Amino acid sequence: MTETQPHAASRIDWATAESILEVVNLKKYFPVKSSGVLRRTIAQVQAVDGVSFSVPRGGSLGLVGESGCGKSTTGRLITRLYEPTAGEIRFEGKDIAALSRKEMLPLRSEIQMIFQDPYSSLNPRHTVGTIVGTPLQVHKMVPEKKVLDRVRELLEVVGLNPEHYNRYPNEFSGGQRQRIGIARALALQPKLLVADEPVSALDVSIQAQVVNLLQDVQREFNIAFLFIAHDLAVVRHFCPEVAVMYLGKIVEVADRETLYSQPHHPYTQALLSAVPDVKQAAVGGRRDRIRLEGDVPSPVNPPSGCRFRTRCWKAQDICAKQEPPLLQIGPRHKVACHFAGQRGSTGNVPITLDVLGVNSHGDPVPGATRASNLEDPGYSPAFSDLETHKRRSEKLADR
Amino acid sequence: MTSERFLSTPAQSTSDRAADIAAADNFLVVDHLSVRFPTHDGLVQAVTDLSFSVKRGETLGIVGESGSGKSVSSMAVLGLHDAKSTRLEGSIRVGGQEVVGADESTLRKLRGKEVAMIFQDPLTALHPFYSVGRQIAEAYRIHHKVSKGEARKRAIEMLDRVGIPQAKNRVDDFPHQFSGGMRQRAMIAMSLVNDPKLLIADEPTTALDVTVQAQILDLLQDLQREFNSAIIMITHDLGVIAELADEVLVMYGGRAVETGATKQILTHPEMPYTWGLLSSVPEVSADEDARLIPIPGNPPSLLNPPSGCPFNPRCTHKDKVPGDLCVTTLPELLPARVGPSHRRRCHLPDPEVIYLTEVLPEIAPDLIDPTTGEPIAALQEIAAASEAEANADSRGDQR
Ligand SMILES: Nc1ncnc2c1ncn2[C@@H]1O[C@H](COP(=O)(O)OP(=O)(O)O)[C@@H](O)[C@H]1O
Ligand SMILES: Nc1ncnc2c1ncn2[C@@H]1O[C@H](COP(=O)(O)OP(=O)(O)O)[C@@H](O)[C@H]1O
Ligand code: SF4
Ligand code: SF4
Ligand SMILES: [Mg+2]
Ligand SMILES: [Mg+2]
Repeated sequence: MTETQPHAASRIDWATAESILEVVNLKKYFPVKSSGVLRRTIAQVQAVDGVSFSVPRGGSLGLVGESGCGKSTTGRLITRLYEPTAGEIRFEGKDIAALSRKEMLPLRSEIQMIFQDPYSSLNPRHTVGTIVGTPLQVHKMVPEKKVLDRVRELLEVVGLNPEHYNRYPNEFSGGQRQRIGIARALALQPKLLVADEPVSALDVSIQAQVVNLLQDVQREFNIAFLFIAHDLAVVRHFCPEVAVMYLGKIVEVADRETLYSQPHHPYTQALLSAVPDVKQAAVGGRRDRIRLEGDVPSPVNPPSGCRFRTRCWKAQDICAKQEPPLLQIGPRHKVACHFAGQRGSTGNVPITLDVLGVNSHGDPVPGATRASNLEDPGYSPAFSDLETHKRRSEKLADR
Repeated sequence: MTSERFLSTPAQSTSDRAADIAAADNFLVVDHLSVRFPTHDGLVQAVTDLSFSVKRGETLGIVGESGSGKSVSSMAVLGLHDAKSTRLEGSIRVGGQEVVGADESTLRKLRGKEVAMIFQDPLTALHPFYSVGRQIAEAYRIHHKVSKGEARKRAIEMLDRVGIPQAKNRVDDFPHQFSGGMRQRAMIAMSLVNDPKLLIADEPTTALDVTVQAQILDLLQDLQREFNSAIIMITHDLGVIAELADEVLVMYGGRAVETGATKQILTHPEMPYTWGLLSSVPEVSADEDARLIPIPGNPPSLLNPPSGCPFNPRCTHKDKVPGDLCVTTLPELLPARVGPSHRRRCHLPDPEVIYLTEVLPEIAPDLIDPTTGEPIAALQEIAAASEAEANADSRGDQR
């Protein structure tokens, strides 16, 4: 196994930062119904299947992965637009996964969502003033007389003309509509914003305007972001911490320096190698691309063990038998692969045997037990060392 | 490649003998093309005075934001505009055959056989009620007098060639039974069934995930090598251009604003709009703390185009041009300061200096040598190499 590089130092200390959101083993299965009159449930789409992560107060976590991997479903679970099938969603320490609509109401203002499509997410029959002002009234954020003033203020914050509150969405361009959506989300002074592909539908020259606006509002109002996107470059730009999803699972999460320069999961490596890069092509010609064969399997009937194994060039017996846990391998780095390692490394001893209590064929070792903390969100000061395959503890002060 | 490639000024029109010689091995020659649509609101000037050419075996990338006239010009090449509601001017020659004003039977012979097109959405090209194989076979029979059985064999062969697994078993599937990436492949199979000499790909990967995009781009390159076809790749993604295109045409407001060899354009762009494209898009390899520099404002109206330079309402460099030239006078597409095949439409007297001293340090500080303040050696080598290459090319053309 190649030597692990030292992990880059971080500006916010993610290991000790207080988290605003902790998600533990979150699942969402959608029923697949038969087509007859009875509409029996004949299968389950395992859209999100046990994800754990944490978002620190005022920080941003990026969620990337290809279409259908469960990013939007995760976002919609956290905002409780969907009912979770299982798992915990701890917002400011309180599990909100099972709260009723009524119990959720006071929290609605604290968690807001921005959607991808600036066309369908705004009611075309309402003026901008109504769209941005309604949440202010419903949640009694300001006295009735002050609503319009506040709307004007919010429009100004997002870079729109405050006197345009009387206009309808169709009088605005795509980028401007996205600004309206952001103003609506900001109206309630949320602590957490779930932004689901907030710039994907916008023209390239407009994307940068909206990304910069989101960065400004984050800094100014100290809002935490769960930033969902399939564009790896935009996520890297926005988020100091990034999680990669594949087929309903998080396969790797790390600080962005580590994730983009030393990915340890084969899927992350393949994904990054597929992104066309202007600068690299301009100075050094083509990259060394990993060619992935075939398609993503169906989430109705995902592969046993590791879900990536049907397309993985490193797969061995154990990969079909044991699901690799999301194992912490660095101060701010977790990866779900039995043979995690840098590109080109050919690990032959699984790194997961100790924590799973299995042998290298993936069969249980009598008397051995599975570690109990494998679903914990966030990072711990102790992690598995890739060289020794043993737990190692690093004093935070050493970093 | 010669400087005659991207003609614009009447003084250098194709009546020029040198240009005729250069045009001889160009498979496609678009010459002073204008496409305008009379509408209720006025005349939409979708494409204005556009000239470019493509040789067999070569890829031209056309880049520009939405509405810049990319699709309208490529549809003109296939003669797809309705003669009654479109005003076409100029000339388009495909393998010597004039397309502008050609009758429907001439165009039918051209389409599919000489020029084929692939679109962003494969469902615009594939009919939902017919099997994929049948549609490919029918496309083959338009240009070949063969039996249904032989055409079916050809369809299977094409599906196999574009990488559909078990093509024999999938040939009778309907489009909805294919995944997004497979549908895109099926459409490519249909476009290539008659071995066209020119393939126009209009945002073929925009709707696809990066790993699927990488598969499709690889496929196009393999097929190009095999059949020596010319490719026009239309995209808003400079990364795709960087990886695939030999030549680039940057469009803005229906006009060519910068053209030349890809490396030249990416390393020494001389037009502020191209700078804007490069600085507003984050890169996976960029300095993550660099702020994106958006292009201010919105794309121009094609009903009432701005006077002077079409980019002037959004240009942050126009104060460097003496007088009010930018607002009063349309700059011509003239040879650039650096690079023999390079042309740009801008009044700036010293764009290469502004790029290296003002633009590059902002968008890619890591490409500047911190001690000398000069661009790193790699960039200069590329400039020198592309210059030498282009010189060799133009010598070759004179033989
Ligand atoms: N409301 C729903 N009903 C049934 N299946 C769904 C629903 N929403 C999403 N899915 C399925 O769940 C999986 C994950 O979808 P999604 O979260 O939208 O992915 P992403 O946002 O990463 O593209 C996909 O297979 C999708 O088809
Ligand atoms: N048939 C038409 N009638 C009127 N306007 C049109 C027509 N087709 C295209 N346009 C306009 O021409 C401009 C250029 O469009 P297009 O070539 O599709 O841009 P893009 O660069 O995004 O491919 C756009 O403003 C578009 O609205
Ligand atoms: S666990 Fe096995 S199949 Fe999964 S990514 Fe790692 S090596 Fe590949
Ligand atoms: S001509 Fe003037 S307005 Fe146009 S790009 Fe050049 S400097 Fe800017
Ligand atoms: Mg989604
Ligand atoms: Mg288009």
